[in-house]
Amino acid sequence: MPSGACGDPALADLRPAGDTPLADALIEIERLTKRFGAFTAVDDVSFTVGRGEVLGFLGPNGAGKSTTMRMLAGFMPPSAGTARICGADVVDQPVAAKRSLGFLPEGAPTYPEMSVTGFLRFCARIRGFRGAESCDRVAHAMALTQLEGVRLQPIETLSKGFKRRVGLAQALLHDPPVLVLDEPTDGLDPNQKHEVRALIGRMAPDKAIVISTHILEEVDAVCTRAIIIARGRVIVDAPPRELERDGRSLEQVFRDLTLGEGAAPVPAVAA
Amino acid sequence: MRAALTVAGRELAGYFSTPVAYVFIVIFLVLSGALTFTLGNFFARGQADLIPFFSFIPWLFLFLVPALTMRLWAEERRLGTIELLLTLPLPAWAAVLGKFLAAWVFCGIALALTFPLWLTVNILGEPDNGVILTGYLGCLLVAGAYLAIGAALSAATKNQVIAFVLAVAVCFLFVAAGSPIVTEFLSGRIPALAEAARALSVADRFNGFTRGVVALRDIVYFASFIGFFLFLNAVVLDHRKAD
Repeated sequence: MPSGACGDPALADLRPAGDTPLADALIEIERLTKRFGAFTAVDDVSFTVGRGEVLGFLGPNGAGKSTTMRMLAGFMPPSAGTARICGADVVDQPVAAKRSLGFLPEGAPTYPEMSVTGFLRFCARIRGFRGAESCDRVAHAMALTQLEGVRLQPIETLSKGFKRRVGLAQALLHDPPVLVLDEPTDGLDPNQKHEVRALIGRMAPDKAIVISTHILEEVDAVCTRAIIIARGRVIVDAPPRELERDGRSLEQVFRDLTLGEGAAPVPAVAA
Repeated sequence: MRAALTVAGRELAGYFSTPVAYVFIVIFLVLSGALTFTLGNFFARGQADLIPFFSFIPWLFLFLVPALTMRLWAEERRLGTIELLLTLPLPAWAAVLGKFLAAWVFCGIALALTFPLWLTVNILGEPDNGVILTGYLGCLLVAGAYLAIGAALSAATKNQVIAFVLAVAVCFLFVAAGSPIVTEFLSGRIPALAEAARALSVADRFNGFTRGVVALRDIVYFASFIGFFLFLNAVVLDHRKAD
């Protein structure tokens, strides 16, 4: 028997340059496409993320970052292609895939009338933790995100930064092998940003992490790899250091690539 | 199933941590009481039963239950929590069932709080408490049927007002189908349809329960009615969750 789709040389050829096949790929995205009517939000995106990698997902607003993450989290069905989390297909085995995933949706939505503890307990119960284990998990997640001071407060009374951290705590609750965080540091003050980055750095060695962000310094600070996406397509997939090699700042690279791509997509690819 | 119960528990606690629960219960109790004693001629009838109370329930729930269900999915969409809930490791049917169960238990609580009426008839006379019990069961089943319709429509639209108006309209169709006006109109012209309309009518089935008749086919009717709309809810949710 042939080794199946993974060993298919035709598929391997389609992977973007710089993506070496990983033995321990926890996230595999294969030709993922999402169309809304005539508009293609995500166009044939493929990449893999292995254990120990922190992937920074960059792109202008509306480039398809959140849509890609939503499809990866099993919230939006892809129009074509698929994604696997720890080998579980997000379309065919959604519950298994979601078990291995910690997801922070865009805007970190939470139930406003619940207390921080109540909300995290709810998430822990859905994830199958009971009794003492559920309490331990919640306490640990609150310690990681420094929420102990507000544990009994209704979430609606919290500041934006705290709300974001409640969402983050929910994603970390079950110590998942895969973390997908949509703008995890949005709305945090500089100290909190630093804390969250340090937290991501500490967790990085045994997880596959994808974060989307608009803050380019964040990519330098925590990411081992950066993907820049524009108009639904991956245009760069490289370590941040490599992007800055010829003395340009990451911001300059980002502007050149995304603006250039927007103005004349075809010559950029042809060149 | 465990996940469904967890969702239901959260939902139910959510009702009582906002004014929704208290407003709903107070309005329900005031209206049901007022209708029973005024239009229902509770005292003048001179009979120890709860028929005047039960007869208003399908009409009262017609407006109150859609008010409860219109926010079920629309609110999750507005807050963005739908993205959180549906990326937790639970099947979509568990979320649908959990929300429905919470709303149903809530209607049960509102119905249970009408117990002073039951006390009153027991003090004033000697009613058949078995009939009263089946009447309450009928109320609960009607609430369940309306809830299932309302929840499915709430999943279909982002707008709470649209969800409310559509739910009232669809529930009204199922109540009015068995009313004399409709069946007489139909039987004069298309007799086959009149029979079908009566068979589909919620009100007609409900009347059996208020008379103390619990027929298996009525139970099967309500069970399949609720099951069908919950299934529809899950399908609609799956297609429209990200819109």
